[in-house]
Amino acid sequence: MSLELIVVLLIAPLVGFLINGLFGKWLKGNEKLSGWIGSVAVLISLICSIIAFASLQGGGTPFDETLYEWITGESFAFNIGFRVDALTTVMLLVITGVGFLIHVYSIGYMHGDAGYTRYFAYLNLFVFAMLILVLGNNYLMMFVGWEGVGLCSYLLIGFWYDKKSATDAGKKAFIVNRIGDFGFLLGMFTLFAAFGTLDFVAIFDAAEADNFQKVFGTSTLVIATLLLFVGAIGKSAQIPLYVWLPDAMEGPTPVSALIHAATMVTAGVYMIARSAVLYNIAHTGEVVAWIGVLTAFFAATIALAQNDIKRILAYSTVSQLGYMFLGVGVGAYASGVFHLVTHAFFKGLMFLTAGSVMHAMANELDMRKMGGLKAKMPITHWTFLVGALAIAGFPFLSGFWSKDEILHSAWGSSPLIYIIGLITAFLTAFYMFRLIFVTFYGESRVEPDVASHLHESPPVMWVPLAILAIPSALIGLLLGWGGHDSWFHHFTKSVFPEAHHEASGNVVLFMVISSIVGLAGIAFAWMRYSKRVPSTEPTNALYKLIANKYYIDEIYNALIVQPIKNGSHYLLWRIVDNGVIDGIVNGVASVIQIIGGTLRRLQTGIVQAYIVSMVLGIVLFLAYYLFFG
Amino acid sequence: MELQYYLILSALLFTTGVIGVLVRRNAIIIFMCIELMLNAANLAFVAISRSLGEATGQVFVFFVMAVAAAEVAIGLAIIVSVFKHRETINVDEVNSLKG
Repeated sequence: MSLELIVVLLIAPLVGFLINGLFGKWLKGNEKLSGWIGSVAVLISLICSIIAFASLQGGGTPFDETLYEWITGESFAFNIGFRVDALTTVMLLVITGVGFLIHVYSIGYMHGDAGYTRYFAYLNLFVFAMLILVLGNNYLMMFVGWEGVGLCSYLLIGFWYDKKSATDAGKKAFIVNRIGDFGFLLGMFTLFAAFGTLDFVAIFDAAEADNFQKVFGTSTLVIATLLLFVGAIGKSAQIPLYVWLPDAMEGPTPVSALIHAATMVTAGVYMIARSAVLYNIAHTGEVVAWIGVLTAFFAATIALAQNDIKRILAYSTVSQLGYMFLGVGVGAYASGVFHLVTHAFFKGLMFLTAGSVMHAMANELDMRKMGGLKAKMPITHWTFLVGALAIAGFPFLSGFWSKDEILHSAWGSSPLIYIIGLITAFLTAFYMFRLIFVTFYGESRVEPDVASHLHESPPVMWVPLAILAIPSALIGLLLGWGGHDSWFHHFTKSVFPEAHHEASGNVVLFMVISSIVGLAGIAFAWMRYSKRVPSTEPTNALYKLIANKYYIDEIYNALIVQPIKNGSHYLLWRIVDNGVIDGIVNGVASVIQIIGGTLRRLQTGIVQAYIVSMVLGIVLFLAYYLFFG
Repeated sequence: MELQYYLILSALLFTTGVIGVLVRRNAIIIFMCIELMLNAANLAFVAISRSLGEATGQVFVFFVMAVAAAEVAIGLAIIVSVFKHRETINVDEVNSLKG
């Protein structure tokens, strides 16, 4: 592995962004070209990633080099430097692999959109920022990427900016992420104050040797890791900052697949896995695990009662991200990252199939108006089924392996967390198959004018679906066979410290339990939804509460948004701005006006009046000198 | 010959000129009053020069007369152009520099 390889890997999407961003005007007549430029840029990165991955096989040493010195001061230096180890290459493959397929898919999906070149420019910029995030060898580089992906997320959620709901969702995502990023920044400051550097290796070595400034006494690392986790909560949509992710579905569906399912939202998991040494020393993993498992459960319950396909998938993403945090929280870093990988494939796949459905249904998202789509869209149906089986933990499909590893590790940490996780697994299987049965099976409830041109998507869309379906089904088996002795664990062993809690109990027993729970969820959904139309949903209070997402948005609105708005309007604007600040400015002006108004009377314009004052002055002076001089 | 008589006359002439400048409204009259003041000063110069037996004061008078001539030329030109613009030379009505 050489520095040149990494630079090419990183720069290719940036070049794509620049071409599409700067010369998009000339590409407009030829949108296919613009789409392929974007896709090829990511393909180059993918090839470089595979080379980097291959060179780490067989115990290759991690690559850690500085490109150049970025900021230097008397006592500190920040570098543009890259670290490529097992964790990085895994992330690289996910980002560029899933990213490439989604780029290709977008060529078909975005066909005819007025902002076609802008779309690909943003998407390439996103890949570039995400690559910086995972390639950096220090927290500052990570933060640059972290903010970069946040910006692209904002731009792409609000991509259809003439739609108010889309721009609102973009702003919501951006503002909620600011809260998390603030925590990330404070965490970085704490680390810098303690270690005097932000380089991963230097920090981890010093932390392990207990050789750092105890800025906050013994709790320095606890505070630092918890603040970093606040950043992860924002970016990865955990309680209490998850509210932006469901709204982010206003963006184009491939964006939801790439940014809000496969890559960006997993940045928090990556960050914690990267900082595993610190979390192990600080023992803050338990907080991470509890937030994770509660989010997983909470979001899964909301998903039970939604009718918008993309929103179900969004809550499902929040829920699965919770699983990942549960994994890294209980010290099973490899398992958490493993789930990140499998989830990226099957959730990306499901979002793309949802996009395929939308494409055919003239952007209809309400599954009550679907039903029986299996006959018209067989490929979409089968690929979605693969994704749903994978997430539901159907035996030997991807989700089964990764989720089971996490649950197994959770058992070693706390049986209560395990049980909540298991219930969530049941709910996951249930809501996913509710979605499948209502959308693809039963009678068609499609409105006639839509039904007439219901069709399978073009090859540029279904080929990526088919390709994604393969890893969604098999990657768990390939990488995860053998549980904690699997290939994936061996590959990433060099990166992660030993777990706190040795996983205990019979692995096979856990697998059987997980499978039974998953199958039970599927069966339950089949009983309930395979025949019935969902207009007969229960109408009791609990259902209403869940269908309205626990009124969390309304509560936040009442507790946070409205007070800030009112405070800004009445206190800050009316009183402080209009009263105090404008008062001072206008007051100074009017005092000067009064003085000037008085003085201007002296300027009568009558020359003789001036002479009178002159003569009077002379007379007074003369009199003074005559009588007192 | 008493110096003081000349100085008293000069002071009277000067005062007359000042009062004329202050109270009259016609620009030409004001102008003439200024001339009166200048000549009052000239008278005082000459008288003191004579009394001291020196020529300096008389040289000053020539300067004053030269300046007064130039001033008359410019001053009358201004008055003529003001009259052309305003059709008046009443200084109370020429007050567009009012603040």
